[in-house]
Amino acid sequence: MGIDFDFGAVLGQWPLLLRGVLWTLGLTAIATVIGMVVGVACAWSRASGPTWLRWVVGSYVELIRNTPFIVQLFFIFFGLPAAGFKLSPEVASVIAMVMNLGAYATEIIRAGIEATPRGQIEAAVSLALNKVQVFLRVVLPPAMKKVWPAMVSQIIIVMLGSAVCSQISTEELSYAANLIQSRNFRAFEAFIIATVIYLALSVGARRLLNWAGPKYFFGR
Amino acid sequence: MTDFSLWDILRNLLLALRWTVVLSLIAFVGGGVVGGLLLFARLSGGPVVDRLIGLYVQVFQGTPLLMQLFLAYFGIALFGIDVSAWTAASVALTLYTSAFLTEIWRGCVASIPKGQWEASGSLALSFGEQMRHVILPQATRIAVAPTVGFLVQVIKGTALASVIGFIELTKAGSMISNATFKPFVVFSCVALLYFVLCFPVSLYAKNLERKINVARR
Repeated sequence: MGIDFDFGAVLGQWPLLLRGVLWTLGLTAIATVIGMVVGVACAWSRASGPTWLRWVVGSYVELIRNTPFIVQLFFIFFGLPAAGFKLSPEVASVIAMVMNLGAYATEIIRAGIEATPRGQIEAAVSLALNKVQVFLRVVLPPAMKKVWPAMVSQIIIVMLGSAVCSQISTEELSYAANLIQSRNFRAFEAFIIATVIYLALSVGARRLLNWAGPKYFFGR
Repeated sequence: MTDFSLWDILRNLLLALRWTVVLSLIAFVGGGVVGGLLLFARLSGGPVVDRLIGLYVQVFQGTPLLMQLFLAYFGIALFGIDVSAWTAASVALTLYTSAFLTEIWRGCVASIPKGQWEASGSLALSFGEQMRHVILPQATRIAVAPTVGFLVQVIKGTALASVIGFIELTKAGSMISNATFKPFVVFSCVALLYFVLCFPVSLYAKNLERKINVARR
């Protein structure tokens, strides 16, 4: 019994794969930026917001963390139009990824914020900084620095999770692989190549973010 | 067309929830066994085995579970074996789980002070005896919380099996939603059921973690 592979048939379609890679990276980049803003805002609310807000944020975080991403995506893409919000696949994907990353980022950043020594906050207050200044200038930067490796891991998980967005026909990498295999029936080869690309993307993204984070995002 | 009431939707979803639970258990138990074997291989084998298993872990952690499912589905078929969605999903999820669990457990074993290995070694205990009487009893205590926590990831991971046609909660949700034209209600129920399944496990894991941290303080 011989199995002959034909990777050429898949690699020949490289423009499709490249387009998919760009979509995957683009979606991840947008979701990362907005998701981290959501995460910071929610972490702040959970640490020092009013009680009702803590409840709302807490429910949001637990709801997202205890349901699968694909269900969140389907709810946003198929469920919300029934309630009157029509969304394109791309927008639905970004929203789902932002919501997902935001919830995990909240917990990660909160852990960093809680590790801030009390004395630093008191010192900042005694220098007459207001609440917002204390948070943005004293508490947040070292907290982000501390939790950055965990944050990077989560960003990568979201990037890998975005493969699911092909199921609502967002044209990212796994969609490209699916399209190629539907044209030439080289399913195994197409998915192997997509998987290798994903692996390279995750290794590359991890290196890049771990290097760029401390260097550009939070001083030093 | 017959009308689906909310109860009809929920009842059918509950029936499908069984398969989510069964698949989660298969993946978790199978992944635990494979992960345990890999852990032993990694601890007792040489540096080559260590590197190879490290690579295995990195491959499964660095690629989407969806791709792993597709590869299992189309890959096993290449050998001329007729794969059901059951087989493909079980194999892919078991391997995926084993990679994560073996890495979690390796961390737990690594957190046991080196002196414990040396002391038990100097008492002429064999590797098996060292593991059984000295290392594992301590490592297990630390490992329980993250292992239970990972069960939540496994349960959520089974949702992706819907994509290769395995009829579990998510797939049932899609099918019912197509039949009833009530996606909002159906997917709310699906999410709610996952939440009901996962949240107690999450809470339990958090609880265990707190207990261990108290003991350490």
